[in-house]
Amino acid sequence: MIVAERKPLDKIAGMIEPFEKVLIVGCGTCVAVCLSGGEKEVAELAEEFRLKTRMNGGKRVFGEYTLTRQCDMEYLDQIADVVEDYDAILSMACGAGVQFIAQRYDHKPVFPALDTRFIGVSMEAGTWSQRCIACSDCILDRTGGICPKTMCAKGLVNGPCGGTNHGKCEVNPETDCAWTLIYRRLEKLGRLELMREIQPLKRNHPATRPITIRHDSYKRFDG
Amino acid sequence: MATRLQEKLEAKEFVITGEAGPPKGVNVKKALEEVEPLKDYLIAYNVTDNQASVMRVTSLVMSYKLIEKGLEPIFQITCRDRNRLAIQSEILSAYVMGIRNVLCLTGDHVVLGDHPEAMPVFDLDSVSVLQAVQALKNGKDLAGEDLDGAPTDIFQGAVVAPGADPLEPQLIKFDKKVEAGARFFQTQGVFSVGEWERFYKHAERAKVPVMLGIILLKSAAMGRFMNENVAGVNVPKSLIKRMAGVKKKDRPKVSIEIAAELIRKIRPMCQGVHIMALGWDKYIPDLLKEAELL
Ligand code: SF4
Ligand code: SF4
Repeated sequence: MIVAERKPLDKIAGMIEPFEKVLIVGCGTCVAVCLSGGEKEVAELAEEFRLKTRMNGGKRVFGEYTLTRQCDMEYLDQIADVVEDYDAILSMACGAGVQFIAQRYDHKPVFPALDTRFIGVSMEAGTWSQRCIACSDCILDRTGGICPKTMCAKGLVNGPCGGTNHGKCEVNPETDCAWTLIYRRLEKLGRLELMREIQPLKRNHPATRPITIRHDSYKRFDG
Repeated sequence: MATRLQEKLEAKEFVITGEAGPPKGVNVKKALEEVEPLKDYLIAYNVTDNQASVMRVTSLVMSYKLIEKGLEPIFQITCRDRNRLAIQSEILSAYVMGIRNVLCLTGDHVVLGDHPEAMPVFDLDSVSVLQAVQALKNGKDLAGEDLDGAPTDIFQGAVVAPGADPLEPQLIKFDKKVEAGARFFQTQGVFSVGEWERFYKHAERAKVPVMLGIILLKSAAMGRFMNENVAGVNVPKSLIKRMAGVKKKDRPKVSIEIAAELIRKIRPMCQGVHIMALGWDKYIPDLLKEAELL
C-alpha cells in the first residue's frame, strides 16, 4: 500500500490560512490503514482547526468528508455538491489522490495535508516499511524476493558495496544491508548462483514519467 | 602504451601506491606539493572522486595536474554523482587528457557527505562501470554504439574489502568484477594476517594482481573509531592495546612498526601495497624502509 504521513499542523495551517470555508477530504484506502488520512484523521484535524478558530474568535468553517478512494473519479463525483459550499479543499489522500481531486474540481484551490512517503508493508501495529519504488522493471525473480532497488540505499543490482558494516548499511547502522539479506535468502533457497550472474544494466526508461497503462482486456474497446 | 602501474603489475613486480586527494577549493598547488616529495617511493597515486561524498575538485582535473608534474594518477570514478552517459564521457575525456589507470568504485552514499540533500545517482555500479570500460576499449559504448577512436590502453581496476562482514557476498562481487574486466585490485585497509589469508585463499584463484590496503593506525582511539564506524576495517584488540600504551610523540614510530610488520608478513600473498596515510604521508619513506621495501 501507499504510506503517507501528515504534515505538521502549522504547515497545513499556513496553506489554508486565506480561506474561510475548508472541506477536509479523507481517503478510505491506504492512508486510512496507515492512520494518516482516513475518516478518523479527518475528524481529528478538523477538530484541531475548529479549536484554533474558537480560540481566535474566528468564524472559519471546516467540513469533513471521507471518500472510499480519491484515486477514482467515480468516488470523487460523490462530493460535487458539497464542494460548492467551500472555498478550498484540503485533501488527506496520497499525492495521486490530491492531484485527482484537484483535476476534478479545478475551480477550487486544493492543498495536500500529507507527505506521501512510499509503497510498503505493515510491520507491526503502527510501523510501516518501504518495499518497492515502482521501478517498472521488476527483478525480484533474481534476488530471492528482496528488492535491491528499494532495500539497498544505492539501489545496487550486482551485490553489496564496500559500505556493508557487520551486515548493516553504511547509510544507517540500524538498517540491514539489503545485499546481506539477499545473500542469506538465496543461500537458504539454494540459489546463490543467481547472485554470481552479472545483472543486465538497470532499465530506467520504462519508468520514464508520467506513465499511463491500459489493461489488455479494455484495448478491444479502443478505436 | 602501458602505464607504469600496468607494466610493473604485469611483470609481477611489487608495487606501491598512495593517494592524492583533490582539494576542496582551487588550491591544487598545495595539494600537489604535499604528494610530490613521495614520487620516488610511489609508482602511482589514487586520485579520489569527491571522496566520502564531500564536494571537491574533480578526480579528472587533479589526475591531469599529476600528469603535468610527471606523476602517474590512478583516476577513481564512482557511480554516486553521474549516470551512464556522464560516466562514459568522463572516462573518454580522462583518456583524452592522457589518463590511463582507471579505478572503478560504487562510491559512498551522499548522505555521508557534506551535501546530504543531493540526489544520489547509482545508475551504474562498480561492476557495470567495469563493463563500460571494457566496452569502450573495444570501441563501443554501453548502448552498443561505435566510437570514433577507442581508449584501448585503459588499465582498469577495482576495490575489495577483505574484512567485509559477511565476507562471502563481497567475494562473489569480487569475482563479478574480475569477470567484468578488472585487471588489478586495491583493498580496504587490513590489520591482520588472518583476515588477509581468508580473503586471499579465494582471491588468488582469480589470477589478478591484488594490492594490500594499508591504513596507518595513528592512535588507539582511531582504531576503536574505525572498528565502530568504518565498513570492512577490523583493528585487532591487541593492536589497539599496543597503541594505547604509547606516548603521543612515539605514536608514528609504533604505527610504522605495526604497518611494516603486516606488510612483511603479507608480502608473499600480494602484489603490492596501497598506502592510505591519512595525512601522515611524510612517514611513508620510513614505513617502506621498515617494511624492507626500499
Ligand atoms: S524491482 Fe523492486 S522497485 Fe522494481 S517493481 Fe520490483 S519490487 Fe518494485
Ligand atoms: S551497505 Fe548494503 S544496503 Fe547499504 S548501500 Fe551498500 S549494498 Fe546497499
